[in-house]
Amino acid sequence: MSSADITSERDLPPESEASAKGDVAPERDGPRDTGLDDASLHRWLARTWRTPPGIIGALSSVDHKVIARRYLITAFLFLCLGGLNAVVMRIQLSGPRRGLIGPDLYNQLFTMHGVTMMFLFAVPIVQATGIYLVPLMVGTRNIAFPRLNAFSYWVYVSGGLFAWVSFALSMAPDVGWFAYVPLSGPEYAPGKRADVWAQMITYTEVSSLAVAVATIVTVFKHRAPGMSLDKIPLYVWALLVTSFVVVFAMPAVMVTSTFLILDRLVGTHIFNPAEGGDALLFQHLFWFFGHPEVYIIFLPATGMVSAIIPAFARRPMFGHLGLVLSLIAVGFLSFGLWVHHMFATGLPKLGASFFTASSMMIAIPNGVQIFCWLATLWDSRPVIRTPLLFVFGFFFIFVIGGLTGVMLASVPLDLQVHDTYFVVAHFHYVLIGGSVFPLLGAAYFWFPKITGRMMSERLGRWHFWLAMVGFNAAFFPMHIVGLWGMPRRVYTYPAELGWGNINFFISAGAVLFFLSFVLFAFNLVHSALRGAPAGDNLWDAGTLEWATSSPPPSYNFARIPIVTNVEPLWAEREALPVATGLRVDVRELVVSTVAEAHPDIREKSATPSIWPLLAAIAVGGTFLYSIFTPWAIVWGAAPIAITLIGWFWPKGDPEDEE
Amino acid sequence: MNQRPAMDLSGLPTFGHGPRSPTWWGTLGFMALEGTGFALAAGAYLYLATLWPNWRLSAPQPNHWPGTIVTLLLIASLVPNHILNGYAKQCAIGPVRIGMVVMSLLGIAPLVVRWFEFPALNIYWDTNAYGSMLWVLLGLHTTHLITDVGDTIVLTVLMFTHHGYSGRRFGDVGDNVFYWDFVVLTWIPIYLLIYWLPRWG
Repeated sequence: MSSADITSERDLPPESEASAKGDVAPERDGPRDTGLDDASLHRWLARTWRTPPGIIGALSSVDHKVIARRYLITAFLFLCLGGLNAVVMRIQLSGPRRGLIGPDLYNQLFTMHGVTMMFLFAVPIVQATGIYLVPLMVGTRNIAFPRLNAFSYWVYVSGGLFAWVSFALSMAPDVGWFAYVPLSGPEYAPGKRADVWAQMITYTEVSSLAVAVATIVTVFKHRAPGMSLDKIPLYVWALLVTSFVVVFAMPAVMVTSTFLILDRLVGTHIFNPAEGGDALLFQHLFWFFGHPEVYIIFLPATGMVSAIIPAFARRPMFGHLGLVLSLIAVGFLSFGLWVHHMFATGLPKLGASFFTASSMMIAIPNGVQIFCWLATLWDSRPVIRTPLLFVFGFFFIFVIGGLTGVMLASVPLDLQVHDTYFVVAHFHYVLIGGSVFPLLGAAYFWFPKITGRMMSERLGRWHFWLAMVGFNAAFFPMHIVGLWGMPRRVYTYPAELGWGNINFFISAGAVLFFLSFVLFAFNLVHSALRGAPAGDNLWDAGTLEWATSSPPPSYNFARIPIVTNVEPLWAEREALPVATGLRVDVRELVVSTVAEAHPDIREKSATPSIWPLLAAIAVGGTFLYSIFTPWAIVWGAAPIAITLIGWFWPKGDPEDEE
Repeated sequence: MNQRPAMDLSGLPTFGHGPRSPTWWGTLGFMALEGTGFALAAGAYLYLATLWPNWRLSAPQPNHWPGTIVTLLLIASLVPNHILNGYAKQCAIGPVRIGMVVMSLLGIAPLVVRWFEFPALNIYWDTNAYGSMLWVLLGLHTTHLITDVGDTIVLTVLMFTHHGYSGRRFGDVGDNVFYWDFVVLTWIPIYLLIYWLPRWG
């Protein structure tokens, strides 16, 4: 399709029927970008789209890039904290009967490690990457519902602070990251620790649900003219499918944690078998979320891989359609697997067989993806740079994790190694291999876009090899010690079992792996300050985020690009076709149709506002208070209502009125 | 990167109703996630109901009349709700203002009757798991109702100010209509689960 097709008569809807009649104040027209020279265009847009100066201005920001940067930095800090948890645990386990920490602290440590990595690092960081990249990749100026996006960040931060302040007060949850009843119920978990788990979940899920809705609407309605469904970049597809999985999976864990806190706080009996409840119901509800959660973390990572590979293979991705269908298939299948986390609970055999079959079935679309990536690389002369190295690391580690996954899908083997280090090894191979390695590759790939500076390639290679060796040294032997029978979540073990040497080796690997992140952090900070200037499109990649400057201006694109190909920058090397006619004195962007992305409406995007922060404080305060009394919901309703009214009440900006 | 203008967007309208508007899709997204929450709560109730052969666990039957009145009120409210939608599409401020007042009142009415529903369940939340689930289901829908009625009242007040003369505001009215349909729709299965399943089961 050429850009001429898109501008033909049929694409533009008939002259606005709605704005012409009815009791609508006439639009106060303002200056348009048509015919403006580049310098004046930049001046206008920079003034219209800027984040206001000062502290209040910074706290009011609704720029998706500003919010995403905050998300990325916060999630990285939580990664460091969760990593430190792990290092402390590994030092304790490095030899038999070490007395560094006792069982109570150890229980808090492994719970905080899991909770932090899953809810405060992995999900937020993949969503944050999407918040930054999706609007750029679809060629728009901001995410849909920018204030909701800002709100989500503040709720996330308050949830993280809540968990870690509790840890500092020795009040952290100590019931494992999935907090099974009856252990976490009112009878066996007195005090507030399990309540902290339950409400921390509520904070982070509210936040990621909000981001998911904003992402879906951005992809559906804010795509640049011409970006029909078949021209959506694979990374954006991955984030779209992930967001749908979030929408249908996250409510399950909110229901679980709400039921738990009701049982604990007001004496309901939902999980109490003595009064007609059921403890296994908790596991069903939790894993109905918990298994899709794995794919919420993994699918965006596959999107990153699908963005990195074409740039370094110097050719479009092989099997684009197959990859899209695989993403969608994985999204659907991820909801049919949850019971394989519950094989040891004595479920009926037929049910177990069904979930064995579905667990093996999901290997098919994932296999399709792997083969498409390999085929793309096979038929190319890849340029080996750090991002691609991490993609290779991902292949290696993730395939091993996938293989042990297929093993664990079989019930007899699962029963044998249930709750041993074999399982710990498996899910670290899947999660670190499947998500963290692509994420690190993505960091090297997009860091120059975000900061305008290059990361050090030499340090990057050191980082990769340290991480690769450290990771495998730490986690591969866990398979073996797991088969020997070492259970997870024990704070120590006797010397007679002979697990001392292998655990020492594992701990040494863990320290090495940790050091690789120290090197990475140094590279990040050093390159952000001193890195070589990167230019707009240093990898000569083909998607739209590379069409704008590095770092992108507040308005992303001076003129909205028109998309003619799945790799638009490769298809239009001489000059990118762009659309004109938008106002420059207000935050205007294009709303397009869902399937074909025909331009349909010139819509105004929300202006900066402090109210999302205030609303997040009201919501966060209510959640915090609610671990002490159910009346918190009643008292909290008033401040929440007031802040939401303040948020939505028009302030007279053209963005609110027209 | 060099650019060449290839399309003029200046003739596009500045707002649209229904699926043309991003807000409509956002509303749909929130309906999907809230609907999932409801479905899971209902699923939990059915799970427990099938698990225990003597479900209702010797509790007395709930009195369905307050719930039935709420149901009738909610269904009846759909008619003015859709008349209001028609006026919102025409951007007619007078009828929209009247419609919003009517819908606010039709939102408050079931909430008043709802007050009598909780005692009519004839069981407390902490008696047994059956009581817990009834209170959870009714509580979930009540929260839903209160938030939407609050939202409707704020929007009604807004339509009476000068901010009401805006295409975007008429779009908000359309989305409010859409969401009210959802509030009514989610009630029907919950009504059947709370009041009629214990009778059949």
